[in-house]
Amino acid sequence: MTMEDFTRKIDASIASRQGKKMWIERIPAGYWIVGFILLIMPSFASDFVLFQIFGWTFILGMIATSLMFLAGYGGMVSLAQMTFAGVAGYMVAIFGDSAIDTISQGWPWWVVVPLALLITILFATAIGWLAVRTEGIYTIMITLAIAAAFFYFTRQNYDIFNGFQGFNSVFPPRLFGVNWRQPLPFYYMTLMWAVITFLVALYLSRAPFGLALQGVRDNPRRMAALGFNVTAHRVAAYAFSAIPAGLGGIMLTWQSAQISPGTVSIQPAIDILIIAVVGGLRHPVGAFVGAFLYVLLKTFAVDVLIALGLSGDRFQLLIGLGFLIVVYISDDGLLGIWEKLRASRNRDPLTGERRG
Amino acid sequence: MNGANESANALELHGLSKRFGALSALSDIKLSVGPGERRAVLGSNGAGKTTLFNCITGDFPPSEGSIRFFGEDITKFPPHERIRRGLRRTYQISLLFTGLSVIDNVYLSCLGVSRGRFSFIRPRRSDALVATAEELTERVNLWDVRDTIVSDLSYGQQRQLEIAMALSGAPRFILFDEPAAGLSPTERRELVDILTNLPSHMGYIIIEHDMDVALRVSDYVTMMHNGRIFKEGKPAEIEEDPEVQALYLGGDDH
Repeated sequence: MTMEDFTRKIDASIASRQGKKMWIERIPAGYWIVGFILLIMPSFASDFVLFQIFGWTFILGMIATSLMFLAGYGGMVSLAQMTFAGVAGYMVAIFGDSAIDTISQGWPWWVVVPLALLITILFATAIGWLAVRTEGIYTIMITLAIAAAFFYFTRQNYDIFNGFQGFNSVFPPRLFGVNWRQPLPFYYMTLMWAVITFLVALYLSRAPFGLALQGVRDNPRRMAALGFNVTAHRVAAYAFSAIPAGLGGIMLTWQSAQISPGTVSIQPAIDILIIAVVGGLRHPVGAFVGAFLYVLLKTFAVDVLIALGLSGDRFQLLIGLGFLIVVYISDDGLLGIWEKLRASRNRDPLTGERRG
Repeated sequence: MNGANESANALELHGLSKRFGALSALSDIKLSVGPGERRAVLGSNGAGKTTLFNCITGDFPPSEGSIRFFGEDITKFPPHERIRRGLRRTYQISLLFTGLSVIDNVYLSCLGVSRGRFSFIRPRRSDALVATAEELTERVNLWDVRDTIVSDLSYGQQRQLEIAMALSGAPRFILFDEPAAGLSPTERRELVDILTNLPSHMGYIIIEHDMDVALRVSDYVTMMHNGRIFKEGKPAEIEEDPEVQALYLGGDDH
């Protein structure tokens, strides 16, 4: 490098440093607004909204984020994410407390929760190890088969999984003397974990692991030619995806105070895929947006139909229609629609050119 | 380094064959390239040059024969293990990460042979890998477009990016697959400069149709024809050889 090149580089680096703001200044305004509203939500929202709508949204959003991480960054569409959540939920019921005291071990939560997550990660690693040898539709089939197998296994195994009944009275620990199943504490607990999940997923997109995962998605052969062990990277992605899915599964179990084969059946497994795709796979926020829409439709579709003077039992039709519209008009779910709106707003209406 | 031997030949192919069904793409290739040697492989289309590269890097396993890299038998190694031992290649048809920026592409190529592959921590600007990536980007004259998404680059710039990625992470031996294809005359001159200015311990094999480039950047030339080695010699000898002229340079008009 000549002296001239060197000074040029120094200049460039100074210029880039001057252009750089403090990290807190670089957070977009939208984040501040949404964050503030979520934080003060309990001051105006009812218990039902806090617990059922938002608590459920955050939990499903976390499980969908685990799929967004695999599918969006890694190009691997898995139907086993709800199964990972279910494994964690079952482990909490089996090693912790429940009404089924012949099976539940009643260990303290600080052993049970990490243990449940660890088992879920090991389970996901094994599933990932099987699934990453396949591509596209075959990955979906393998993970679907695993979801189905786990569902039937829990339903038929009475020694460990208590069969069809599952476990009830699975409550969160009374940490700091707070009943975490009360709407207000539950809202903040799920909000906190959802925010952590979201930020970690966002952060990882530019960290070596996430960047390499996107490289594996775009061009696995080239990644191998750069020295990456593509299989190991994919398996690690499965293992990592088990953490948000497992945390979501544990809180889902606490929310309904029970876990049974119904939680891990095929329908919820597909619902997670729908949430992630309808929300949008290109950014972690899509998982939560999709979960919010899903929860709203699941909760209010019946009321909307009745209000329109129609029979309430056709509510699944309305849900399906809502998803169909989103997928039809956008190539990346609700995020895709948002991008389109933003792009058209930035375009000059006369020339169609992008504005400065 | 796992039985590797610096005094051994950089690359030694023994009885290497590759068959695709009934088609024999490579038959009984015997080739030794010394450490730091620069070798050109010439031959018409379908002579088996790219297949030879694919066997060496492990993209396709050879049907028969053995490959030694600095004395170590790498015939059965998966591609990433060969790369980690210092082998690099560029691709004839660019295999880049078209959705990422130039600097991200080079960064990934530096990351592939580093220990931080699975790191969950974002790199700082002062990170050694980031600095290496920036230096490589500079070296192939892509500094001004470092933040451009690769799909927006010109063809010539994409070829230069390929080279930057092949030079990352202390390579010991590089396979260049037609690096000059589609480049403008100016870009060709830059390419020749980059290749001739590589550190002398860094050997390579270059597949090149442009004789001007190939003969200027190599010490020794191997001619291939129909999956076999047909002739070997110094660049000047090959240029003068009547058989080579008849076969490869199109006969009488030369």
